Amino acid sequence: MTSYTYRKFKNRLFFVLCLGCVIIAVVPLVSILFEVIARGAPQLSLQFLTQPPQPPSLPGQPAGGIGPAIQGTLILIVLTSLIGIPIGVMSGVFLAEYGNNKYAAVTRTINDVLTEFPSIVVGITVFLAVVLSLGHFSPIAGAVALSFILIPIVARTTEESLKLVPNSTREASLALGVRRWRTIVSVVLPEAGSGLVTGSLLAVARIAGETAPLIMTILGSQYFFQGFNQPMDALPLRIWRDVTSPYPSQIAQGWGAALVLILVVLSLNIGVRVATARRSNGAHARLGEIRK
Amino acid sequence: MIGDADIEKTPAASDSALSSEKMQTIGLSAWFGEKRALKNISLTIKTNSVTAIIGPSGCGKSTFVRCLNRMHELVPGARMSGRVLLDGRDIYKRDVDPVLIRRRVGMVFQKPNPFPTMSIYDNVAAGLRLTGVKRGKSLDDIVRQSLEQATLWDEVKDDLKKPGTSISGGQQQRLCIARAIALQPEVILMDEPCSALDPTATAKIEELIVSLKQNYTVVIVTHNMQQAARVSDFTAFLYLGELIEYGSTKDMFENPTSEITEKYITGKFG
Repeated sequence: MTSYTYRKFKNRLFFVLCLGCVIIAVVPLVSILFEVIARGAPQLSLQFLTQPPQPPSLPGQPAGGIGPAIQGTLILIVLTSLIGIPIGVMSGVFLAEYGNNKYAAVTRTINDVLTEFPSIVVGITVFLAVVLSLGHFSPIAGAVALSFILIPIVARTTEESLKLVPNSTREASLALGVRRWRTIVSVVLPEAGSGLVTGSLLAVARIAGETAPLIMTILGSQYFFQGFNQPMDALPLRIWRDVTSPYPSQIAQGWGAALVLILVVLSLNIGVRVATARRSNGAHARLGEIRK
Repeated sequence: MIGDADIEKTPAASDSALSSEKMQTIGLSAWFGEKRALKNISLTIKTNSVTAIIGPSGCGKSTFVRCLNRMHELVPGARMSGRVLLDGRDIYKRDVDPVLIRRRVGMVFQKPNPFPTMSIYDNVAAGLRLTGVKRGKSLDDIVRQSLEQATLWDEVKDDLKKPGTSISGGQQQRLCIARAIALQPEVILMDEPCSALDPTATAKIEELIVSLKQNYTVVIVTHNMQQAARVSDFTAFLYLGELIEYGSTKDMFENPTSEITEKYITGKFG
């Protein structure tokens, strides 16, 4: 083999190795999706999406649905967003706009640790702090727990997207005699808008699939929303309970619930694509990729 | 109050009259961290005149004008010493709010920087809206007047709702001038306002600068000596952070007193 063909061979070999690794990485993902669709899709029906679950039944008999779980997950998404997004965005503003000091450096470190914090520990903490002190499981406790997971993600993505706003924009505003807070609220934040939306949607997609923090905060339920001081159901909890049950009909429902959860997360991710595509700003799109 | 002695120290143009002094720097020095960018600059800026600051890159021109509206201190690690007077009052005194100074001393930057999320109209109105000065109907009049003064009205009057970044670079720079004018400042600082523009757009801005001095006091930083000669009444030559020469533009270009100035304006370096 001449050195020329050998070098060409090495070039090809490297490409084939990379391609092989991509296939290894993609196979599990595709097979999971395939499995969930194959087993979950037959479950989907209006009744399945809107009815409360029934006691385990024999094959062929109606088995109720996952209505309360879907409702619960939507309630949790709204509550968590209301609590977490304002706090996360303001923290991100602090880090990006006032972040040139040691307090911000400490905050940034804590924030990074929180981003990777085991979610079961968050669940236990909120159980002790909220559930025990209020005396009952509740959607509020669940939203607080999920907020702890959402806030650091939103803070970090906000910080990153504010840093993409050129300094000349801030100077233009400050040179007009506009106060710092007004410059941030009226000039800098709107310019970072699509980055903020991206970060928030990705964080919501992340918390929508969280299970561990919910076990000890909303507990799970058979019923539709009963009030802010009662246990509630959510999709990840429903999947977990259904799939670990001994009854085939419930296991099948678990697959259906898994498919619904995947669709919820997928639609949030499509929302991110739409939000970033509206402005053909590559930097914001890249930010979205990193945060995933 | 400033004593007469202070004023005599400034190398001002010979025909200076005390009443016509809009701004004055006395022993102004500025630093970025350890690096000293300005050394003891003392000069006066006359009301309703155009003063050009010239000098080679890195000589402290931009830093100088950014000290005149307290923008310099926004850079992390930046500090200054000395005094800067606006109508005879020190703008660096403890009880002076820099935000209010910036409303009186407006600024136009090197690169046109209209707010990208705002329309042409909103860009001009931004200063008034965000400082809470004006709202409502009279805003329309101010926006129109400002755009007219910036000689941009005829070109954009049908597109006021379009984004501020949708027009050409030269138009954007005039939009930025209109945005500064809308606040009715007393002084307008321009930091190399034409360096990102083509010759045609530059000519328009230069015409505009000359017309602006009827109502405002203008300080323009430029690295283009012909531009300084064309638009300014007074010229200050800075070199390595020091004020080498200051006087009427005519004198400076026809009869420079310092050897370095002569070398610079004849293009021997810089």
